[in-house]
Amino acid sequence: MFTLSDQGLAEVKKELARYEAKESAIIPSLYIAQKENKGFITPEMITYLSKVMDIPEARINEVFKFYTMFNQKPVGKYHVQVCTNISCALEGGREMAHHICHELGVKYDEVTSDGRFTVSKVECLGSCGTAPMMQVNDTYHEKLTPETAMNLLRGMK
Amino acid sequence: MSEVKLLTEFYHLPEFQTLAGYKAKGGYETLPKALKMQPQAIIDEVKASGLRGRGGAGFPTGMKWGFLPKNGEPRYLLCNADEGEPGTFKDRMMMERAPHQLIEGMIISAFAIGSKKGYIYVRGEYVYPIECLRKAIKEAYDAGFLGKNILGSGFDFDLDVYRGAGAYICGEETGMISSLEGLKGQPKLKPPFPAVQGYLRKPTIVNNVETLAAVTYIIRDGATTYRKHGTEKSAGTKLFSLSGNVMKPGNYEVPLGYPLMDLIMKEGGGMKPGRKLKAVIPGGSSAPVLTAEEVAKANLDYESLAGLGTMLGSGAVIVIDDSQCMVDMLGVLSHFYAHESCGQCTPCREGTGWLNKILHSILEGRGRLQDIDLLIKVADNMKGKTICALSDAAALPVLSFVTKFRDEFEFYVREGRSKVKGTTYAEMHH
Repeated sequence: MFTLSDQGLAEVKKELARYEAKESAIIPSLYIAQKENKGFITPEMITYLSKVMDIPEARINEVFKFYTMFNQKPVGKYHVQVCTNISCALEGGREMAHHICHELGVKYDEVTSDGRFTVSKVECLGSCGTAPMMQVNDTYHEKLTPETAMNLLRGMK
Repeated sequence: MSEVKLLTEFYHLPEFQTLAGYKAKGGYETLPKALKMQPQAIIDEVKASGLRGRGGAGFPTGMKWGFLPKNGEPRYLLCNADEGEPGTFKDRMMMERAPHQLIEGMIISAFAIGSKKGYIYVRGEYVYPIECLRKAIKEAYDAGFLGKNILGSGFDFDLDVYRGAGAYICGEETGMISSLEGLKGQPKLKPPFPAVQGYLRKPTIVNNVETLAAVTYIIRDGATTYRKHGTEKSAGTKLFSLSGNVMKPGNYEVPLGYPLMDLIMKEGGGMKPGRKLKAVIPGGSSAPVLTAEEVAKANLDYESLAGLGTMLGSGAVIVIDDSQCMVDMLGVLSHFYAHESCGQCTPCREGTGWLNKILHSILEGRGRLQDIDLLIKVADNMKGKTICALSDAAALPVLSFVTKFRDEFEFYVREGRSKVKGTTYAEMHH
């Protein structure tokens, strides 16, 4: 059964006390839980959070399902998110996303067989002046070409 | 005319990110002056400056503040840093390069409206800007600019950062409030407006990053000096995020009223070799597209762009050259709006889905000629019928793309391939 680490639990309790409405702690707590579960959230984690936070499961679940940064299925160690919205599309973002998938031998939103990568196409990341770009976990990589993007990814072990 | 760096003058200095670096350039010198003013005098100054919301709607800031109840009821100041309008990346730069500029602007604004608690709601992907803000907020607390009895004035203000989790709709102010309350980021019916009933049903002001940062300069120099930049109805400077097919994309601060063509050709370094300007989306993806002929007549102010049937929006100028297929580009936008509709209102939830399906059936060679008019009909039915403006924002690009570049849509339907690229969708995108 899923449980948070002592530190994770302490962080959730801190978030619960941080805001005037304790429901405001749902998003921060989902981040904490997702981080401890290798990047995705399962139904049993929602049940656990519901107990710990004393907030109904349905309330946590609707927030979990609404926001795109909470993953509902496993992702690779490196989650490669390529922007394919308009400014990046004008500068080859979609072609870059395709190239990365092709080189890694994987379809969008799947995990590579070695567990290292998941490639997703995402909407605008606010990096339009440095297109095309990708976000790998928390880090932006900008002004890329399909080749420089792949070189960066090959270095991520 | 050229760039006027009022807010961005010191953005090239890495140390401007820190408290010491910000103070070295006059940072936090306006705050003590503001704290000695009557709060109403600050509101009046902001009103007189003509400052309008820099996030997209362009609503007069001082007037928005004026909607707050005139009693001592607790109220919140929220900074909207959920920058998500495709093409916009100015707030990100502001938070990374000058977090204290935003913080000082927020303290002054909070003092003016009588708020003791503020949040900066930042989109979840902006991990680094959030880190910059958290560090700066801590510095500001340690220096006595935040917290209890700021600079001995008796004014208390607490500021915190809230991290969103990926939803374009949270850039809509009531959607943002819902999200901050721990709900799905669904917009709320107005009225009541947030100034009357917002976060936790308390009076709330939501302002964009750039708007709040500008307040400091208005108080520092006075409304009259601020108004020297810009036009009569569009006062001051504004950051424009230039992207797409130009030589030098980036953020440029220019006075409002600046010729759009100059931004592209001078600041932006013009088109790429051998390419011609075809179209520009002047205010973020929700703004109707302009043809090259219209671009030549456009100035970057609220009135000029409204006169051309489009809008200044967030100041995201997206440049499209003659190698691009407009059907393909509209397909990108329709996918975005279908993905981001929060699902609350039927015309938007269904309409964005329909537009996306129709466009992709055209792109995939299954289009019928009547689909072009169907796009217009569906888009027309989405305008002005929903709780928030996302539905309109999805409809406007469709109407403008299809009307202004109809020949490309007709060619695509007839031939099953792009008029510009000469290839099918599958060939364009594997």
